[in-house]
Amino acid sequence: MDPQESIAAVHRSILVVGGGIAGITAAVEAAEAGCDVVVVEKEAYLGGRVAQLHQYFPKLCPPYCGLEINFQRIRNNRRIRFYTMAEVETISGQPGNFDVTIRQRPRYVNDRCTACNDCVAVCPVDRPNAFNFGMDRTKAIYLPHALAFPMKYVIDDSACEPAACAKCVEVCRYDAIELQMAPKSFNLRVGAIIMATGWKPYDAAKIDNLGFGRYADVITNVMMERLAAPNGPTKGKIVRPSDGKPVKSVAFVQCAGQRDEAHLGYCSGICCLASLKQATYIRAQDPESRAVIFYIDLRTPGSYSLFSHKVQDDPHVSVVKGKVARILEDAATGELAVEAEHILSLEKIRVKVDLVVLASGMAASLDDGKPGAAIGFDKDHFLLPEETAPGIFAAGCARGPVDVATAAQDATAAALKALGAIRSRASS
Amino acid sequence: MSKKLGVYVCGGCGIEDCLDLRKLTDLAASECRAPVVRTSPAFCLEDARMIREDVERQGVDGVVIAACSPRVNTEVFSFPSAVVERVNIREQVAWSHPPRHDETQSLAHDYVRMGVVRAQKATAPIPYTEANERTILVVGGGVTGITAALDAALAGFSVVVVEREPVLGGYARRLHRRIPSRPPYRDPQPVDIEASIRRLESLRNIRVHKGAEVTEISGQPGRFDVTIRSGEHLENATVGAIVVATGWKPGDTASFESYGLGRFPHVVTSVTLEEMAAKGRIVRPSDGGPVNRVAIAVCDGPGDARHLPYEGNVSCLVALKQALYIRELCPDAIVYLFYGDMQAPGQYEYFYKRVQGDPGVFFSRGEVRSVSEEADHKVVMEVHNTALGGAVQVSVDLLIVSTDMVPASLDPASSGSLNLRYLQGKDLPTTSAGFVDSNFICFPYETRRTGIYSAGAVRQATTLAACAQDGTAAALKAIQCIENSSAGAAVHPRVGDLSFPKFFMQKCTSCGRCSQECPFGALEVDAKNHPVLDANRCRRCGICMGACPVQIISFDDYSVDMLSSMIRAVDIPEDGEDRPRILALACENDAYPALDMAGIARLQYSAFVRVLPVRCLGSVNSVLIADAVSRGFDGVMLMGCKAGEDYQCHFIRGSELLATRMQNVRETLDRLALEAERVHVMEVAISDSAEIPAMLERFVQTVRQVGPNPLKGF
Repeated sequence: MDPQESIAAVHRSILVVGGGIAGITAAVEAAEAGCDVVVVEKEAYLGGRVAQLHQYFPKLCPPYCGLEINFQRIRNNRRIRFYTMAEVETISGQPGNFDVTIRQRPRYVNDRCTACNDCVAVCPVDRPNAFNFGMDRTKAIYLPHALAFPMKYVIDDSACEPAACAKCVEVCRYDAIELQMAPKSFNLRVGAIIMATGWKPYDAAKIDNLGFGRYADVITNVMMERLAAPNGPTKGKIVRPSDGKPVKSVAFVQCAGQRDEAHLGYCSGICCLASLKQATYIRAQDPESRAVIFYIDLRTPGSYSLFSHKVQDDPHVSVVKGKVARILEDAATGELAVEAEHILSLEKIRVKVDLVVLASGMAASLDDGKPGAAIGFDKDHFLLPEETAPGIFAAGCARGPVDVATAAQDATAAALKALGAIRSRASS
Repeated sequence: MSKKLGVYVCGGCGIEDCLDLRKLTDLAASECRAPVVRTSPAFCLEDARMIREDVERQGVDGVVIAACSPRVNTEVFSFPSAVVERVNIREQVAWSHPPRHDETQSLAHDYVRMGVVRAQKATAPIPYTEANERTILVVGGGVTGITAALDAALAGFSVVVVEREPVLGGYARRLHRRIPSRPPYRDPQPVDIEASIRRLESLRNIRVHKGAEVTEISGQPGRFDVTIRSGEHLENATVGAIVVATGWKPGDTASFESYGLGRFPHVVTSVTLEEMAAKGRIVRPSDGGPVNRVAIAVCDGPGDARHLPYEGNVSCLVALKQALYIRELCPDAIVYLFYGDMQAPGQYEYFYKRVQGDPGVFFSRGEVRSVSEEADHKVVMEVHNTALGGAVQVSVDLLIVSTDMVPASLDPASSGSLNLRYLQGKDLPTTSAGFVDSNFICFPYETRRTGIYSAGAVRQATTLAACAQDGTAAALKAIQCIENSSAGAAVHPRVGDLSFPKFFMQKCTSCGRCSQECPFGALEVDAKNHPVLDANRCRRCGICMGACPVQIISFDDYSVDMLSSMIRAVDIPEDGEDRPRILALACENDAYPALDMAGIARLQYSAFVRVLPVRCLGSVNSVLIADAVSRGFDGVMLMGCKAGEDYQCHFIRGSELLATRMQNVRETLDRLALEAERVHVMEVAISDSAEIPAMLERFVQTVRQVGPNPLKGF
């Protein structure tokens, strides 16, 4: 190729970093508008955090429903390519001509995998199931979850001992397992980039007074999603992690490690609605059960308040305007007590419950310095458009803590911004 | 024309351990008369080439692949010059039924028979490609519409903007400042809508009609005919897609009467305060005197439900911003801010904290119980349940009540109708809260009028920053719709589907059901009350096909005849064998994947059930149920999504419409002297896979109790 021509070349494809709901939405929306799209996802499957949710508020519908449609849209669209277990290392260049280095971790299972499951039967080791936040175990070779897309198995190399065992390789009839698979790097040339790197749960163990990590029956809201999910560690039965007994009463602690400069200074915006939603999980399971939500402000903006009212109409769900001071465990009975101060009456409240759910927040997934100087962050590690190179856009929780509906809107908007960056470049 | 069939029976993934493949290939060759029949230990790997060669060299144009679910290996098994039918003998047979069992084998045989019929009956659709106008109409020239227009223009599209007011800018023009929407979330920001307006008016591919209204929209995506009236002047435009950004208006002031609005001169709305602040003077409205004590009430208490059924989305943020206006323009004044719950989600928390840090702003939770007036027009508020200590009385020089943001969609008559010339109404259907209806969570832009996308405050009360974002997103959807429509392809959720309904009009009885039941208003009627399709409005759900009482509606690759023939292809054992046969018509988007996931989890369920996936339960014509029972099926199950307010149907009304059709079915059963229990509607969500075996087993038991279908063998 003539070197001058390559300098002037404008790449018309879009790179989407992150394959959660924001990333896959950006990808399908851009592809259906006629763009070629490459998605890079760090997990072994697309779908991100929403795949782990039992239901969405306010409709109480399963996230798999929308994911299935989005996966169909990906399956049927040849404009979309994706890489799993892959992360962006560096970005250089400018709109119309970005050079991106991708690093892909080994899956140890290649595209020949048919998902027959024979390997699982012979695998001798197991591992804590990260998808269920370690509340159950899978074999070292496993399918990440029932709707995993792509439907390909993966080996956890922190559990597998390839030097000692190759049973899966022997049993696999399709030559799909490569225990020698190594990490690899490759470069992509793209015209625009959408950062949809999402969020991670804030580490609740950092919140001293709330007992997470010390008391088995203090869990986080994301763990509650897995407990309630029919494909979760307890097959949808909400039980006490300590003794497996059914849960009759739950306290939700709002703003756990949020609106607090020592932890997350901001409000994640979704936790009040998530706790209201999770109150319906426990209520659906047992008509005698009770849920109490301790909050500072019940943040259910706009038409979400209709959902809030509906949940609060249940006499077994109560909301208490109070900041939780601490959580105590009775050493003898294992019973938990939540101590709070009522904000209006200033009275001390003490409530005994079977399970405490911490509404811990959403922290930005990307750390400082990744993936290089092209991306600028605010103090909370959310992407700052003003300090990010032109041609790079953020969508969903990479830009700030948002709910699923907002992430979908944001991603759709980012798709047009990326398209505009390429087309205006191509026509100028 | 009959196709040259190739039937490919895969033995991989445990299929050959479970099923006798030889019997399956014999069935394909003899009974199904397929000239090409092959097996492979894994068709999805190298042997996919065998199929490709048969298609390319042997002229096979009907490919039936009996292997894994159609939800996997889509690309591997795509042979563009042939009709491809996937028969799911992996997830829904081998993985979910006992191996080497007669009933499991029978199940696989029936699925192959059904697949062969489907492949024979389906033809590759010829798309409708007559509508390919690429201009976008944006209705509303506020911040949402301006952003939509600018971003669409930047991507190379022509745009027509219609704004009712004589100037662009909408409500943003009346704002003093905007809520800070980026770090450090400290000070209200300049609105600067003028810069965007200048840019918009400078672009050659944007045409702006100010002081204008849309008086008519007809046609379809790719070719909407629009009439725009500016004064007495009428102008026509043809556009490919539409963004509706008609915004909001302040709620009726009468509903704030209890706050003294309209009765006391010193009670004003937040809209009035913006105007005062924009002029740089916040003063006593009665005499222009200074204000020393000001109260802001965020009116979202329980007593305020009469305005709008939901609470403010932005009213708290507006209150925070306006508290700072007062502190800026009247540095000696103090501000009381009464609220219920401070709605400052996300990083707006920082803005809340910053205003909390202002020594002149006093925050208190509380419910405003009464407002009265004392001497000199001072306003006296009685506020209960405050954090300041129970009930308090506050006397202020000015009380600001947060206004309602009423979406234009709630009141199209006065906010400006789209004037759609659609049989189903002039405007976009709305939710019970008055916002434009869409699949709110996952697919927020999928309104019920294809190619017409709503954005901004008409879709939800929100901030300027969010409105701008929303406008960009809606413009993308409009572009996407134009690209798909010009190729004759469906938009969400059956993206790329080229089929559309066709009508055997000689037999039409003009009943009008198809045009009334279409959730998307795709069908108009002519003078004879016959349906007239606007193909690009169609989302290909088949609900019209389900509705038609004389079955004259069909798609090239989906029809009542095809489904009925598949049902008839199932082998029904003789009476007395206790091998009941149950037909399960299953939604392919949710119930079908749930069945797949039951298989992936190796859950076992009844082999008496024959699953027939349908585009939507709404596409199930009641004649199919009658066909099934007449044919000898002992029971029929309809597995579909949740209906009602929190519907989960991707086609919005499918499950709801099915319920209305069940009356017909009951009458049919009655006429045939069959028990009503034989037909059962089952709500199945995609996450219900663990419960599916028990659900199916319960129905099998019910059917067994009712006994064999007496019509067997007729």
